[in-house]
Amino acid sequence: MTISFRFDPVSLPEAAKALRQEVRAFLRQEIARGGFVPGEGGFSREFSRKVGARGWIGMTWPKRYGGGERSQLERYVVVEEMLACGAPTRGFSTADRQSGPVLLRYGQEEVKEAIVPRIAKGELCFCIGLSEPNSGSDVFAASTRARKAAGGYRVNGRKIWTSNAHEADYMIALLRTSPATGENRRYGLSQFLVDMRAPGISIRPIINLLGRHDFNEVVFDDVFLPDSYLVGDLDMASKQATDELAFERSGPDRWIETFPALVELVRSAGENPDERLAEGIGRAVAQLMILRRMSISVAGMLEAGKTPMVEAALVKDLGTNFEQSLPDKVRLLAPPPQEDDPDANDNRFRAALRHATLIAPKLTIQGGTREVLRGIIARGLGLR
Amino acid sequence: MNETSDSIILDTAERIFSDLCGPQTVNEAEAGKWPQALWDALQESGLPLASVGEEWGGAGASRADGFAVLRLAGRFAAPVPLAETLLAGLLLEKARIPVPPGPLTIAPVVAKGAVAVSPAGLLSGRARRVPFARNAAFIALLAGRGEERFVALLPREGIGLSPGTSLAGEPADDLSFDGLAAARLAPSAIEEEALLALGAALRVQQIAGALEGILEQSISYAGDRTQFGRPIAKFQVIQHNLAMLAGEAAAASAAAQAALEACGKERIDVAALAAAKIRAGEAAGTGAAIAHQVHGAMGFTYEHSLHHRTRRLWAWREEFGNESFWAIRLGQLVAARGAEALWPTLAADL
Repeated sequence: MTISFRFDPVSLPEAAKALRQEVRAFLRQEIARGGFVPGEGGFSREFSRKVGARGWIGMTWPKRYGGGERSQLERYVVVEEMLACGAPTRGFSTADRQSGPVLLRYGQEEVKEAIVPRIAKGELCFCIGLSEPNSGSDVFAASTRARKAAGGYRVNGRKIWTSNAHEADYMIALLRTSPATGENRRYGLSQFLVDMRAPGISIRPIINLLGRHDFNEVVFDDVFLPDSYLVGDLDMASKQATDELAFERSGPDRWIETFPALVELVRSAGENPDERLAEGIGRAVAQLMILRRMSISVAGMLEAGKTPMVEAALVKDLGTNFEQSLPDKVRLLAPPPQEDDPDANDNRFRAALRHATLIAPKLTIQGGTREVLRGIIARGLGLR
Repeated sequence: MNETSDSIILDTAERIFSDLCGPQTVNEAEAGKWPQALWDALQESGLPLASVGEEWGGAGASRADGFAVLRLAGRFAAPVPLAETLLAGLLLEKARIPVPPGPLTIAPVVAKGAVAVSPAGLLSGRARRVPFARNAAFIALLAGRGEERFVALLPREGIGLSPGTSLAGEPADDLSFDGLAAARLAPSAIEEEALLALGAALRVQQIAGALEGILEQSISYAGDRTQFGRPIAKFQVIQHNLAMLAGEAAAASAAAQAALEACGKERIDVAALAAAKIRAGEAAGTGAAIAHQVHGAMGFTYEHSLHHRTRRLWAWREEFGNESFWAIRLGQLVAARGAEALWPTLAADL
């Protein structure tokens, strides 16, 4: 028996190294001019446009659709540099990672020509319409219905936990166009482009436990979608929706979200920490280094035209478990606060740790729960 | 730099291990029977010194090849000093001493400055827990005189030996040198730290291989073993445990690649090497625990071969610096560079 997954060794090309310096210089410049506060992430259309102008959105896409025809590894470097410093990438990251590639692969020509170049310019924000009130991890149970009408489809139903719906210009939605069949419960689903400003769409905020407005409920009340907005084959979207996840599941965003807490721990540790603290830092850094290698390996395999589903699921499972466990490790390693020390570093540390602790629960849920991922891995191992 | 390996060498190694390194061979080795046929086959194919230069007695293959052979050896729980022979060969090659044929081992593996060399070239001191010492034809020794380091090569015979065993039941003998003369002696460009790092890199290869082995074994067992009317592989909780084991095997595999590349730099990249040994050591512990849980009581018997690999995993994670040792080293290195250098350090790894 041979093992059914493989992480190809990979190294970043020279071009990626020069690019990394270019991205760092851009980010430094943006921080210096007050364009964003490092570490806070968030949404900024102005930032999106600047990144687009640099050619850093849709880097791997064909030039005729506004892309840069560069490699997945170069794209990886840009994405990780932005995330490592907590830049406001939310306005373009979903479209860059998922929606753009899906449109390019399955979208109709007129839509591709009209929409994709604008994504690359940083003008369009996308959201993903997958989950519904009765269809969470069980994605293929989606029941929001798209019925054929003259010249298009009429959509009724609800999507929920939709991040950025309130900011987004478009959604890529998974909608039911036919009932599932007895032999194939994945049949009958189709992907559509949805204009978020179309009449009949209403968006309700759902405030998360940080007190922030990130995700939403999106209600469709007889929303019209033109025929050209069908993405891929009618009723056959389950395969394209799962392939898409290989892109979603393996990137730096799957291990880096709580990284700022580790940076602040290193800051408060000083140059010469005791052995206990040094060991804790060392263990976390070791995890990160190896995770990053696995994650880059998946990018390399995508570049080589493979669809590393199982490898991507392994990276996301390991990566999100690590980033979720990190805040607690950092908490217990932290040097005790000094009463007489009016130290800004301590405030920075506490803020980063608080944020990391509060976001931790979502990390193993969004984009496929831990349980779903382990099911995918088990299938890859031939167990189901 | 991309380090890849040659499939002919690996095919040869896999065939030899498949033919000559079954569970019985491993059990007999623990009972004290040296697996001569296995060793001879490996040596005839030039595998123990695969990545040592031809002019020094090796096969002149790439470092990647030499490391990949060790990974396979780990997968088969090969009870022969392949890692030790390669490590001794690399140390001797660096010191420009021709590498003798036969199984070799290396000292020190535990304490720094354990053996001293006198101006007259005589060795004295003790080396503890030297792997496979009793089976080795020669020992390569890193000995000190003040701040200077020398590589000494001497036949095993004549060295005082007090037998011991590792967690895996492999020889780990204490050696004493009482004014012994070396067969060859030369200044060493490698210090104890670099020797330790190289040894750690080799153990990471073996760990990655053994984890692949226990993953295969566990998947196969879960498919065969029926409880509650169906193979236990059909239970979701077993599937999830095996998925976690696969994750640990994958992480160890990435660590093995990291260790390989860390050794390919002009100076060994201590941060990357440390990360590799830490992560592989963690994977060894977590992975072995899952494999045992899946195997139930059967895996706790001597008769079942699961322990051939799990006991080696427990031994190897401890040798050439355990997770704690390397984590302290890595944490100090990172802290000394400061918070703003943390990301650049990580990003410089690949």
